[in-house]
Amino acid sequence: MIVLEHLGKRFDAVEAVREVSLEARDARVTGLLGPNGAGKSTTLRLLYGALRPDRGRALVDGLDVAREPAAALARLGVLPHNAGIYPLLTARENLRYYGRLHGLGGATLERRIDELGELLDLGALLPRRAKGFSQGERLKVALARALVHSPQNLVLDEPTNGLDVLATRNLRELVRRLRDAGHCVLFSSHVMQEVSALCDEIVIVAHGRVVARGTPDELRAGVAGGSLEDAFVAALDGAGGSG
Amino acid sequence: MRALATVFLKELLENARDRRTLLSALIIGPLGGPLLFGTMVNLTLERGRERADQPLELSVAGRAAAPNLVAYLEREGARVRDFAGDGAAAAAAVRDKRARIVLVVPGDYGERFRAGEPARIEVYTDAADTSASTDRARTGALLRGYGAQVAMWRLEARGLSPLLAQPVVVDEVDVSTPAARALALLGMLSYFIVFATLMGGLYVSIDTTAGERERGSLEPLLTLPVPRRSIVLGKILAAAAYMALSLLLNVTAFAVVLRFVRLDTAGMALSLGAGTALAIFAVMLPFVLVGAALMAIVASFTRSYREAQSWLAAVMLVPTLPIMFASVFQVASRTGLMWVPSLGQHLLIQSLLRGEVPSALHVLLSAGSTLAIGVALTAIAARLYAREKILG
Repeated sequence: MIVLEHLGKRFDAVEAVREVSLEARDARVTGLLGPNGAGKSTTLRLLYGALRPDRGRALVDGLDVAREPAAALARLGVLPHNAGIYPLLTARENLRYYGRLHGLGGATLERRIDELGELLDLGALLPRRAKGFSQGERLKVALARALVHSPQNLVLDEPTNGLDVLATRNLRELVRRLRDAGHCVLFSSHVMQEVSALCDEIVIVAHGRVVARGTPDELRAGVAGGSLEDAFVAALDGAGGSG
Repeated sequence: MRALATVFLKELLENARDRRTLLSALIIGPLGGPLLFGTMVNLTLERGRERADQPLELSVAGRAAAPNLVAYLEREGARVRDFAGDGAAAAAAVRDKRARIVLVVPGDYGERFRAGEPARIEVYTDAADTSASTDRARTGALLRGYGAQVAMWRLEARGLSPLLAQPVVVDEVDVSTPAARALALLGMLSYFIVFATLMGGLYVSIDTTAGERERGSLEPLLTLPVPRRSIVLGKILAAAAYMALSLLLNVTAFAVVLRFVRLDTAGMALSLGAGTALAIFAVMLPFVLVGAALMAIVASFTRSYREAQSWLAAVMLVPTLPIMFASVFQVASRTGLMWVPSLGQHLLIQSLLRGEVPSALHVLLSAGSTLAIGVALTAIAARLYAREKILG
């Protein structure tokens, strides 16, 4: 479970995150939805410790990321925006590197890599160097890498960027499977269809603030048009005045 | 510790597969210097030797007026050719490289010679042409020798001792050892060694910092539950390891190449046997940490691979500056200079090449201070990688 409490972060003149609080529960897919520049990536970076918050705190399974980074991050799998893998290493070596940095090793780690190979359908990719991989293949390896230490919680920042239809579908299926296995998945997107197709909970952010939240049905019920798109636009309009 | 080793080994493996790293660490860095150095020295030596072995070619205008002089020159081994023309023609011929040296005997030479007055001979040569410097010196010596001989005959003919014309005898005693004569050339050697060492870690440093950021693999790496200083230290040590490898190959290559350079024939001795080579490697080794940490620091400010490439190429020049300075100003080995990284190593390498055993104090001072500076730079690099801005 991931809890963000009153997060705030300023870069020089820009207040990237003003006030973001949310709860992403286990066995749920929580979507962070918002237009480009709304502060989604910054919020997630505050969560996974790449940035330090000016205000508020981020908790992973009750552990404060700022105070106990090692313990908190060990329970978190992260796929940052446009994450890259090492082109001169094979897919297996890429996974092994992260596994070892998580403290795994030996036969246990190799078994885990084989498991992930099956889960993500990496089979033929594992022994190949990543240099010639397609965008979708690279993403699968990066995702497997985020899962190598079997984290309870998973953070995906705009994971479908640049993926073709088939790869997007596969990713969606995988996220559902992880949820059904009891994991907490928090993922960000600026594509509304993406979020509505996958998420149990949606948190809409604009101008660094949470402007609406709820299940897709709850959000739809709150607006005149009755579509999620209307809800999204209404939430953004509401935020425009204050932001 | 475990994380540090993991990062270190991964960078070693990844860079061993990188053609750019291999090219710079195993080939261009280590072998470029020795080959360039060997070729240059060999060419210089051979050219000097060829000139000395060949007969001196002289063009003489108006030789009929000075038959004795020409006979003397030929007796001394010069090959004399007739030259038709006056001083202006001689100057033109030398300038156009049709002749190296032209002697012009003026029309009044015989008359003045017989009268016992100083008889003028014009020597046309191009002082800017360094390849003619040996010939110029030989011509001067021959003409002075002829003059001295004639002077002696004249004094004897007048019943005077020829020794009267020699009030002072100059006897130069050259105290330089053959090794010291080689030193001017050897100043360049440590320059090449420092350069090769840095070259070995250049692409590793770029790849592990700016390269990793550009590929988008830095951010996921920094989200791992691993202290950032372990990651930075692993990367710096990997670059240092490649620098050490390049250094080892470079010193070995120098030892091999210098076997084929006949410095002894030019009166220069140089000891770069296995023992000296090993000592040079040991003296240089602490420097790799300074080099690797310095590159990590500079690379942390660059935004892209290409930017890192330009900046690090400039950084490679910094440690070579003290060596250039020391070579140009002929700085002598002093305790007070040993603590400066690269300068201390340069001075120690010089004395090793001279066949001396450097003092233990100097070796310890150089190694200790270089290591301390390397550790300080590494700590700075670790702080820079802990900044939020590192993600770009």
